Amino acid sequence: MEERHETTLKSICYHCGEDLPEVTYQLEDKDFCCAGCKGVYQILSENNLCNYYTYNQNPGQRFKQEARLEYLDEPSIIAQLIDYKDKDSSIITFYIPAIHCSSCIWLLEHLYKINPAIFSSRIDFIRKQVTITFNHEEISLRHLVETLIQVGYEPLISLQDVVKEHQKGLDKCLILKIAVAGFLMGNVMLFSFPEYFGLSGFEKQFQSLFGWLNLAFSIPAAFYCGQDYFISAITSIKHKHINLDTPLALIIAVLFLRTAFEVIFSTGPGFADTLTGLVFLLLMGKWLKQRTYNHISFDRDYRSYFPIAVTTLNDGKEKPVSINEVKIGDRLWIRNGELVPADAILMKGDAWMDMSFVTGESEPIHKVLGEIIYAGGRQTGEAIELEVIKPVSQSYLTGLWNHEHYKNDIEKQNFNDSIAKYFSLGVFVIAFATTAYWLFQQDSHKAWSAFTAVIIVACPCVLALSTPFTLSAILSVFDKKGFYVKNTDAVEQLAKCDTIVFDKTGTLTTAKNAAVSFNGLISEVEKQLVASLFRNSSHPLSRHILKALNVKEFFAVKNYLETPGKGLSGWVNGLSVYAGSLSPNLKAISSHSIGGVHIVIDDLYIGNFVVEQEWRPGLNELMRSLNISFDLKVLSGDTHKDEQRLKTIFPEKTTIQFRQSPHQKLEAILNLQASQKVVMMLGDGLNDAGALKQSDFGIAITDDINNFTPGCDAILKGDALGLLPNFIGLSKAGIKIIKASFFIATLYNSIGIYYAVQGTLYPLVAAVLMPISTVTIICFTTFATRILARKNKLL
Amino acid sequence: MNILYFLVGCSVLMALIFLGAFIWAAKTGQNDDVHTPGVRILFDDEVTEEKSEEDHFSS
Repeated sequence: MEERHETTLKSICYHCGEDLPEVTYQLEDKDFCCAGCKGVYQILSENNLCNYYTYNQNPGQRFKQEARLEYLDEPSIIAQLIDYKDKDSSIITFYIPAIHCSSCIWLLEHLYKINPAIFSSRIDFIRKQVTITFNHEEISLRHLVETLIQVGYEPLISLQDVVKEHQKGLDKCLILKIAVAGFLMGNVMLFSFPEYFGLSGFEKQFQSLFGWLNLAFSIPAAFYCGQDYFISAITSIKHKHINLDTPLALIIAVLFLRTAFEVIFSTGPGFADTLTGLVFLLLMGKWLKQRTYNHISFDRDYRSYFPIAVTTLNDGKEKPVSINEVKIGDRLWIRNGELVPADAILMKGDAWMDMSFVTGESEPIHKVLGEIIYAGGRQTGEAIELEVIKPVSQSYLTGLWNHEHYKNDIEKQNFNDSIAKYFSLGVFVIAFATTAYWLFQQDSHKAWSAFTAVIIVACPCVLALSTPFTLSAILSVFDKKGFYVKNTDAVEQLAKCDTIVFDKTGTLTTAKNAAVSFNGLISEVEKQLVASLFRNSSHPLSRHILKALNVKEFFAVKNYLETPGKGLSGWVNGLSVYAGSLSPNLKAISSHSIGGVHIVIDDLYIGNFVVEQEWRPGLNELMRSLNISFDLKVLSGDTHKDEQRLKTIFPEKTTIQFRQSPHQKLEAILNLQASQKVVMMLGDGLNDAGALKQSDFGIAITDDINNFTPGCDAILKGDALGLLPNFIGLSKAGIKIIKASFFIATLYNSIGIYYAVQGTLYPLVAAVLMPISTVTIICFTTFATRILARKNKLL
Repeated sequence: MNILYFLVGCSVLMALIFLGAFIWAAKTGQNDDVHTPGVRILFDDEVTEEKSEEDHFSS
């Protein structure tokens, strides 16, 4: 046991746990994979923080590139970020995606040991947030962020404030209402028990006391806990349509009025127990419906991809400016790896724009001076100067979010609201018919009691509960399989889809594994030369190729030079070796292939490596099973180089379109919807964002749920894509469960109405009938969901 | 049996106190993060040096 432990330690990095390269970095008999990991260990050991490594094995994260943080010195940007500030201390909350284990909590809560100017730091593990209190006189915000980066926890600071978005989402009001409703229900039940068991003559003196107490408890139940139903009912009547809240509000009102009437005139015990129980259960259902994932955001837009600040040039001087303040005519200074935040014209420099955010096309595009560069492009190569021609909010890409014709809510009416109309109508017909009958019989007292009783008994309470209970049970089944749906309404929407649109890059393919192929001839020795060069680079392409080359021995490299966005060069074993993109002087040698990593050894063109994203496994079976009940369609932003391959995956009748711009994708979805299709869209990047938002059910696919995904209705883990037909199957089954429970509820209601129309409904019957029907429904939905989930192979 | 009036008052008062306690806890955010404190409590104090006192002050 002990020995095995040793060997695992030896072959992986002590800090991050990744496989060690051939040449390791060493410190105090520990091996590290890179200088970054070693650096973090050094800082931690100097500050007596090595406990970090005792709670978990290899808890670190691999070191990423240096970030530019000049903007954190700007007072206006600091003011935007900070939560609270007084004389000498400030409080700030960061979102840190790297938080993943208990060691992270331990280290980040001991930051004060590294710098005493940090007073305290608190972690919220689920939300991956850290709240830091620090002395801003002794440590600047920039220095604080640098400290975090030094220990390997880079905060994510973007234009859309992730932290503040989360705080907005919390609805404490509902929790308080549930607590109050639970308190009221408990007490009312207690004071109603004597009534249920029958009062002896001696106990009659308490009857009016209990009655008044129950009435007192009913007031907050109806007007505080139930106020949302009244508000919702009034607004829906104003808009001339009836939702489920309308009959519910009516019932709450009738229950309250009848209780007040009976207590004040001492004619009976009233319906306070039914009223408080109903309100409590309704609020529980509402809570289930609102409950969502704390750690996943479904409403991201371009702002979460954009940095908070950009460098501008003013008379040749660099100045960081908040993106919201960028005006037309400003000069921007964009360095390697930085994003162009607004549509701009290239003024100076050699621009190689990686437009994969916008178009899905992975090869960088060369832009010449004077050409327009659209927002969302990422510069790869030297720093460039741009002149802004449109403000950030009106750029080509961001315009996708300002589109007016996004799906409106009336379209998304759910089963409950659609049935509420007929339900309310039915209840009113019965109630008025009963009243008319008793008035005809000259019994006005019975008319009034029968009218109220019918409305009370015909409570659509079960209807309001079965939907959230069923759908939230389905949500948790999905959740276990890596499918995160935004809310319960979205599950209903999923069940209605009849057309599925796929994006190609990142959706049908995955960046996790890359297939490397080589065009040309390469000998074993040359392989060794090239691998020695690649070993020095941390660029993802280099790492993929190095893995594919599978070379064991390396040469020493002299004069190693890595030009960002271009390639690598150096002297290996006495020969000059170049690997990288095609530069103008190389174009003469090879004219047929443009993409990939080109290899030149000793001024001799050898060939090029093509690194392609690999197709996700199991696509053929997936499409075959989806084809049975869905129309399939592919919209790719890429060129048609993969057409043949796609045709083997998809059935014959599938339409496959290439070179689709983000706006064209959006148009395509709109056209499908215009022909009465209910469209599900699967995509991954910003280029699909418009289409995802417009579609009836947008699924963002990702290999790591902590990565940013565009706004959508659900997030699907890449390896769960094969389960898509099962997910759809279960959502459809869920709708059937809801309909079945509606049928059961109607049975219970018929029994109640039988007594109600005769005007003989005793409160006890109402108070017993409601909980029994509720419990039946909850049990039924829970068991039915589990059985159907098993049938769909999801449990 | 008049004692019942007193007992009813007591029971309502008790329930109100608990309701008040819950509302206070919810409003001060004590239920916002239910995961991290459970992990935090398992961390050991450092045994090696006198810094354990600092530990105490910072929390």
